[in-house]
Amino acid sequence: MNDFLVFDHVTKRFGAMTAVNDVSLSISKGEFFSLLGPSGCGKTTLLRMLGGFERPDSGRIYLEGKDITDLPPNQRRIHTVFQNYALFPTMTIWDNIAFSLKLAKKPKAEIEEAVDNILEMIQLSDQAWKYPSQLSGGQKQRVAIARALVDRPSVLLLDEPLAALDLKLRQHMLIELDTIHDQVGITFLYVTHDQGEAMSLSDRIAVINKGKVEQLDGPAKIYEAPASRFVASFIGDTNFFEGEITAIDGDYCYLAVDGFPQIKAFNDKSLKVGQKVDLSVRPEKIRVTLAPPLPEKGASINVFPSTVKDIVYQGVYTKYWIESSGLRIAAIKPHSRFLLDQEPITWNDDVFVWWHPDDGYMVEVQ
Amino acid sequence: MDTWRELVDPDYPAIVWNTLRISFEITVWCILLALPCAYAIARMPQRWRAIIAGSIMLPFWTSFVVRVFAWKTMLHPEGWLQSCYFVFLRVRAWLFDWLPGFLQDFFVWLGFAGSGPIDPASSTILDSEAAVVLVSVYSFLPFAIMPIYTAAEKFDFSLLEAARDLGARSFYAFRKIFIPGIRQGVVSAILMVFIPAIGSYVIPQMLGGTNCVLIGNKIFMRAIQNRNIPHASALATLMAVSVLVPIAIAMWWKKRQDAIGRKRLEEQTARTMVGRV
Repeated sequence: MNDFLVFDHVTKRFGAMTAVNDVSLSISKGEFFSLLGPSGCGKTTLLRMLGGFERPDSGRIYLEGKDITDLPPNQRRIHTVFQNYALFPTMTIWDNIAFSLKLAKKPKAEIEEAVDNILEMIQLSDQAWKYPSQLSGGQKQRVAIARALVDRPSVLLLDEPLAALDLKLRQHMLIELDTIHDQVGITFLYVTHDQGEAMSLSDRIAVINKGKVEQLDGPAKIYEAPASRFVASFIGDTNFFEGEITAIDGDYCYLAVDGFPQIKAFNDKSLKVGQKVDLSVRPEKIRVTLAPPLPEKGASINVFPSTVKDIVYQGVYTKYWIESSGLRIAAIKPHSRFLLDQEPITWNDDVFVWWHPDDGYMVEVQ
Repeated sequence: MDTWRELVDPDYPAIVWNTLRISFEITVWCILLALPCAYAIARMPQRWRAIIAGSIMLPFWTSFVVRVFAWKTMLHPEGWLQSCYFVFLRVRAWLFDWLPGFLQDFFVWLGFAGSGPIDPASSTILDSEAAVVLVSVYSFLPFAIMPIYTAAEKFDFSLLEAARDLGARSFYAFRKIFIPGIRQGVVSAILMVFIPAIGSYVIPQMLGGTNCVLIGNKIFMRAIQNRNIPHASALATLMAVSVLVPIAIAMWWKKRQDAIGRKRLEEQTARTMVGRV
């Protein structure tokens, strides 16, 4: 089940630069799988090798058990939705979508039915005889997806398909992509540098950095339990405390961080005393109050007196930059009527920042 | 008006036809050679493109007439091009024999092929139609490459990848996506080659001998040698008309096609929309 699409120790170099470094991945049939990473991390190269536009220097790629590493692009049952859509400007929308079916020499009636049906699915039946230049970005995007899906490939590759759209349209297309994936049941391989897109769509995400897979997990796992400092910082915002474990207390441990009071953290990996770690605490898990937390609560959690240095209003929430024992900590707080009852926090206020030990996540430092 | 009546010389229709046919041949060869050249240059790294595009323009630093003279030496009956010409004639004759009889007659009628057998003694490449076509293609090729290259440089090559991705072989993608994509460049290249080819007289004069007299030579003869300016201008007008008429027909045809296309679009939209609103 899990070996529908397999990258087996794939490496690709461009000159002195190693774009993809010994990557092995297994993707199952019908899965929505994302490759997530910063630009230049090798994710697009992986996609291009799968599409047949690049050949790996070593390693093999298998699809449905067959070695496809050396097949040219036109002999792979894999279609790509390109970042710039790459719609054929000299053809109408209808002809663009029918392109692959005509190449496969399907009977005319079958082509017409398939194209008309998919046009209906993307709700562009009325635009079928226009040219790509006459469509809006979102419409072009839908045509590009329809063109790649119409002859039912084994895998659909999406190369940052939403990068060129504005925010509202992007959110709308996210939902549409999800719906289309549910309707067609084809394996989607989605490449993006936008963690929001990857998190909201994917069954599994491979976080890639410098040509290597840093972590392969479901979206929640990647956010809550990042495998490395890179993953923790790339997916969302976080505060890092670099320290060393000094004591173990049951499921918990105590960290010594330079110039900072002792921090208590959940030790789910049973790390030993003396282990160097990076403790990651997400801003939304940190509370900022003028008054200290109630004493019975305060005894079991991390509480640090600090000073507010900066406040950034961001609509959905407000972000506080707080200085505590020489470290800058980010914390965010949503707005609601209830919170307005509390005394407002302003610049240079002395406050308390506190978080539950379970909300910190430790990543080992080698 | 009298000069117009003089034009009813039985030689002229044949000469006009020859001119159009040879210009057509030159244009076809130029475009066929320019397409892969322009494609190759446009796919080169930026640095190389400038160098190659510059070297294509390099021959223009030498006088056109001097270059044709150089060809005259190269086409000497004892030169290697003469041997090539024999091989070419043999292959052509061999291919010609393969054709069914009515096509043979058709080609002879069009003037693309001679009717008699090859006589090696009299078949010199100098003073032949082949020499005129060869050197004209050489001279006009830059005019074909440049507009096509300009169009190809703006062409989005990811479209070819998209076509390959959707199952097209490379040549199919080149034919169906690349060539329509640079259509404008090809049209200007055709005009840039065809029009000077029709008016050319230096090349047929120097390399065509008596076997390849084109309308340009006739005009030259009447205007400069006979000093018969009215006759020369009448000929020039005839030539201009014989070029403009096909272009006018082509434009009318294009307009008609567009109208048909619009109608088809409406019908098709109606079909797609049936029961789908």
